[in-house]
Amino acid sequence: MTATTMPVAPAPGTARRSSLRWAVKDVFVLTRRSLARIRREPETLSDVTIQPVVFVLLFAYVFGSAIRIPGGGSYHEYLVGGMIGMGLAQTAPGTAVALVTDMSTGLIDRFRSLPMSRAAVLVGRSIADLLTQIIGVLVTAGVGLAIGWRIHTGVWDVLAAFGLALLFGYAFTWAGACLGMVLRSPEAAQQTGFIIFLPLMFISNAFVPTQGMPGWLQAVADWNPMSALAAASRHFFGNPDPAAAIQAWPMQHPELAVAGWSVLMVAVFAPLAVHLYRRKALG
Amino acid sequence: MGIDAAIEAEGLVKNFGRTKALAGFDLSVPAGSVFGLLGPNGAGKTTAVRVLTTLLLPDGGSARVLGSDVVTRSAEVRLNIGLTGQYAALDDYLTGRANLIMIGELSRLSSRQAKRRADDLLDRFDLTGAAGRAVKTYSGGMRRRLDLAASLISQPRVLFLDEPTTGLDPRSRAVMWDIIRELAADGTTLLLTTQYLEEADQLAESIAVIDTGRVIAEGTPDELKAQVGGERIEVTLVEGSDVDKAASAIAPLASGPVHTDAAAWRIEAPVSATGSGITTRVVRDLDAVGIEADRIGVRRPSLDDVFLALTGHQAASDGTGGDRVSEGTGGDGTETADSEREGAAV
Repeated sequence: MTATTMPVAPAPGTARRSSLRWAVKDVFVLTRRSLARIRREPETLSDVTIQPVVFVLLFAYVFGSAIRIPGGGSYHEYLVGGMIGMGLAQTAPGTAVALVTDMSTGLIDRFRSLPMSRAAVLVGRSIADLLTQIIGVLVTAGVGLAIGWRIHTGVWDVLAAFGLALLFGYAFTWAGACLGMVLRSPEAAQQTGFIIFLPLMFISNAFVPTQGMPGWLQAVADWNPMSALAAASRHFFGNPDPAAAIQAWPMQHPELAVAGWSVLMVAVFAPLAVHLYRRKALG
Repeated sequence: MGIDAAIEAEGLVKNFGRTKALAGFDLSVPAGSVFGLLGPNGAGKTTAVRVLTTLLLPDGGSARVLGSDVVTRSAEVRLNIGLTGQYAALDDYLTGRANLIMIGELSRLSSRQAKRRADDLLDRFDLTGAAGRAVKTYSGGMRRRLDLAASLISQPRVLFLDEPTTGLDPRSRAVMWDIIRELAADGTTLLLTTQYLEEADQLAESIAVIDTGRVIAEGTPDELKAQVGGERIEVTLVEGSDVDKAASAIAPLASGPVHTDAAAWRIEAPVSATGSGITTRVVRDLDAVGIEADRIGVRRPSLDDVFLALTGHQAASDGTGGDRVSEGTGGDGTETADSEREGAAV
C-alpha cells in the first residue's frame, strides 16, 4: 500500500478555491447520503406525507366546523396557508433528531477525522431536509385542493408563495440543527422540539384568526413568523386573509416579515450550529 | 526524507472537569512501525487517540503526526490519517459499498477512485457478498472489517486503531489480527490501542503502557517482560515426594527465594539462566537426591505480570487463553514478584 496519491498539503495558491470546491462536493455527498436513507426507509418521510394529510383533514373538518373567518370566506381556503407553515416548521425537530442520532454514533467522529469541510455535515442535512420539505408543501397543497382550497392568482404569485415558504422552512432546519447540537439524545431532541415548536405553531394565525385572542397573546401571535408566513401565503394565493385588517407591522407587510425572519434565523442559527458542532467534541 | 517519528507527543494534558484523562502523555512512534498503546479502561488511551487524530483539543502539550501539529495544522493531519474507533463508525442505513464510497469521496478521492477503492477493499476484506446490504444487517465482525476498510480507503500513511477487537468473538478477532498484520507489512504506521495484553504482544513491535493518563513504561514486549524479572521455573513432583528436600536441591539453581507448595507437591523459583539447559539441570539435581519430577516447566513472565508490576492492578483479561495465570503460592509475601502475582490468584 503506497501513499503516493495523498498530498501532505495543498499548494498554497489554489488552496482557497479548491477548498471551496471540495466543500461543495462534501455537501453534495452528505445530502445524497441523507436522501439515500429515505430511499431505504421511506417511512421516515411520514412527517411530510401522511402527517400533512391527517392535520389538514382534522383541522378542516373538526375545528373548521366551528371557526368563522372575520370578514367572511371559506375556512378550508383559509387553512391551507397556515398548514403549509406548520408542515414546514414541524420538520425542525426531525432535523435535530437526525443530527443527534448522527452525533451519538461514531460516524461523526469519522467525519471529523477526514479532510472534509466541517460545516458540510450540517449544510448537507439542511439541504436534504429542504428537499423533503418540498414534498410536504406539495402534499399539503394537494390535500388542500381536494378539500376545496383554490388559488385565485397567477403562476408568479404561486411560485412566490412556495419560494417564500421554502425559505422559511430552510430557516427552521437551522433552528433544528442548533437544537440537535445542544441536546444529547434523539428522545430529548424529539421532546424538546415538540415543546418549542408546538406553541410556536399554535400561537399564530395559522389555524384561527388572532382577532379573538386576548390582547397580549394576539400581539405575540401577530409577530410570530408563522403568522407572517400564513398571511403572506393567503395573500399570494388570494385566499381569505383577515390579518390584513391588523395594524401590527408584520401583518401589514407579511412577505417582508417572512423574508426578514428567515434571513435573520439563518444568519443567527447557521453560524451558531456550525460553531456548536465544531466545539461539541473538541471539548 | 527523514521524519523518523510518524507520531510524536510531548506532555499532552487533557482534563474533563476534574478528571485528568491525560497527565503529561509522551509518545514517539517510528514511521512504518506497529505501536501498541496498552492500558486498562479509563487509562487515557482513547483520549490520546482523539487528540492525535484532531478530534479533541489538548489542554497542554503538543503533538505532531508526520510533522504536522495536531492543533495548528489539523487539516494537514487529517489528510494523512485513518481512524478506526471503538464503535463502528458507519451509516447503518447505507449499504457497505455506499459507506465506503461516501467515506472515500469525503476523503478527497474522485467518485471513480472512491468506487474502485471501495470494490478493492470489499474484496480484500471478504465483504463483496454483503456489499449491497444495509450495514445494519451486518454481524459485529463484518462491521469492524467494513469500519477498518473505511479508514483505509484514502490509503492513509498513519492509521489509528482504537481497540479494534473489543467485543469481537475469537474468530473475528483472529481475522482482524491477520488484517492488521498485513497492513503492517505494507508499511503503514499503526498506532493500536488495546486492553488485551495478548493483542499487544501479538501485533505490536513496541508497546507503551499507559495508566492514569501517562506512559509508565515503554519498550518491545520482551524488554517489558524483562523489566519484571527473568524466567521462573515450575516443578511439580510426583505425589508423595519430599518437597523440602527437593527445594533444597533446586535452591543453588535459583536466583531468588524458592517457593514451595507442599499440598500440590509444587516448587517454583526465579532463575537467571535462560533456556533449555535449566530443565536438564533441575532433573539431574533432583535425581541426585532421589526425587522424581512429574512436570517441569519454564515460564516466561507474561505481559500480564508486566502490567500488574507496573500499575499495581490487573489488566482486562480477554478470556481467550494465552498466558497462563499461575496459582497463588499463599503465605509468604517477602518476594515482590510473587506477592504481585498473588493478586492474580484464583
